[in-house]
Amino acid sequence: MSPEIKLEDAFQARIDDEQKIEPKDWMPEKYRKTHIRQISQHAHSEIVGMLPEGNWITRAPSLKRKLGLLAKVQDEAGHGLYLYSAAETLGISRDELFDQLHTGKAKYSSIFNYPTLSWADIGAIGWLVDGAAIINQVMLTRTSYGPYARAMVRICKEESFHQRQGYEIMLTLCQGMPEQKAMAQDALNRFWWPSLMMFGPRDSDSPNTEQSVKWKIKRKTNDELRQQFVDITVPQAEYLGITIPDPDLKWNEDRGHYDFGEIDWEEFWQVVKGNGPCNKERLKARVDAWEEGAWVREAAVAYSTKIKNNEVKRTA
Amino acid sequence: MNKDKNPQTPKTSKPQNHTTEWPLWEVFIRSKNGLEHRHVGSLHAADADMAIENARDVYTRRQEGVSIWVVESRNITASNPENSGELFEPAKDKIYRHPTFYELPIELKHI
Repeated sequence: MSPEIKLEDAFQARIDDEQKIEPKDWMPEKYRKTHIRQISQHAHSEIVGMLPEGNWITRAPSLKRKLGLLAKVQDEAGHGLYLYSAAETLGISRDELFDQLHTGKAKYSSIFNYPTLSWADIGAIGWLVDGAAIINQVMLTRTSYGPYARAMVRICKEESFHQRQGYEIMLTLCQGMPEQKAMAQDALNRFWWPSLMMFGPRDSDSPNTEQSVKWKIKRKTNDELRQQFVDITVPQAEYLGITIPDPDLKWNEDRGHYDFGEIDWEEFWQVVKGNGPCNKERLKARVDAWEEGAWVREAAVAYSTKIKNNEVKRTA
Repeated sequence: MNKDKNPQTPKTSKPQNHTTEWPLWEVFIRSKNGLEHRHVGSLHAADADMAIENARDVYTRRQEGVSIWVVESRNITASNPENSGELFEPAKDKIYRHPTFYELPIELKHI
């Protein structure tokens, strides 16, 4: 047996034994690469995810809503930072990670390539998008890579507020005037299917799933998580009194789950490939912010160097 | 063994065209007086003052701390997992360092 295979066997044995892998431990190169890809994609999603919501901060309908939304967007910046740090423990620099985002080499969650057209969209995003994210993230608190799991624990603690503020917005609209309820219904119509797409391709079209489950990066498959989301969310929509835009949605007594219609996979792949409604706009906003902030980063370094030099002179 | 298949000591690679990346800092938070500072994560900052300010915003948005330590990551020396055996295993068979190793009569109190 080659030493490489022996190391891989020992590694798998540790995973099977539910031991966490830490940054300096030996790991197969593919495990490391998969994690860099997945954690950074997750981090980019948090960062780009601030853009559609940031769109409504100045137009939030009340001070309470504005404070809530500001805090949520600030959390997302924080979540991005936790995750970038976790990715950096695998030996990639922050600047390389940003490069990958800005050049389009790295992906982020497609959901953020849909526009936020009305205030109700902010409610729908908190309720559905954060709801879907929570299902995925709760699973990831038990992922095998220590720094990623720890970042997820921190994120999950904060995420529940995001979903509740979103649902409360929907509830307020649904208890308001018919026009307000229509806004909530419209937001649900537009965000329902993209939310289901957040869980990724069907298991049969997801070649990485098997390895990810074996390494305990994921503990449930895309389809399992998607089903869990549908089962949880349908009663919440019923409580709001609005209709999920899926004629095939119905309770299946035998399975003990809701059956639901087929996702438009053509749309899914189009948005992943960069042809969604806002892909270019989102990336441009991100690149502009990075480039226009360059002088701030440089000035901060110059200032810190100056202070250090002055200290050296004083003590000399 | 191929070098890039051995990421035991991941190093932050700094691309040549990026000269402005701020250094990485490790953040330690005391959640309340009476408890120790605990490592919570890391962040980038131009200097120590900024690292503390950023740590405040990133790691204590919900009153998670009353005190913050920051230290530049490159100043930390860590043990190598490859040496874990020689470092930690010698303690394994020294059961006489634990109170339960010493057998005393049950009726004895406060000992």
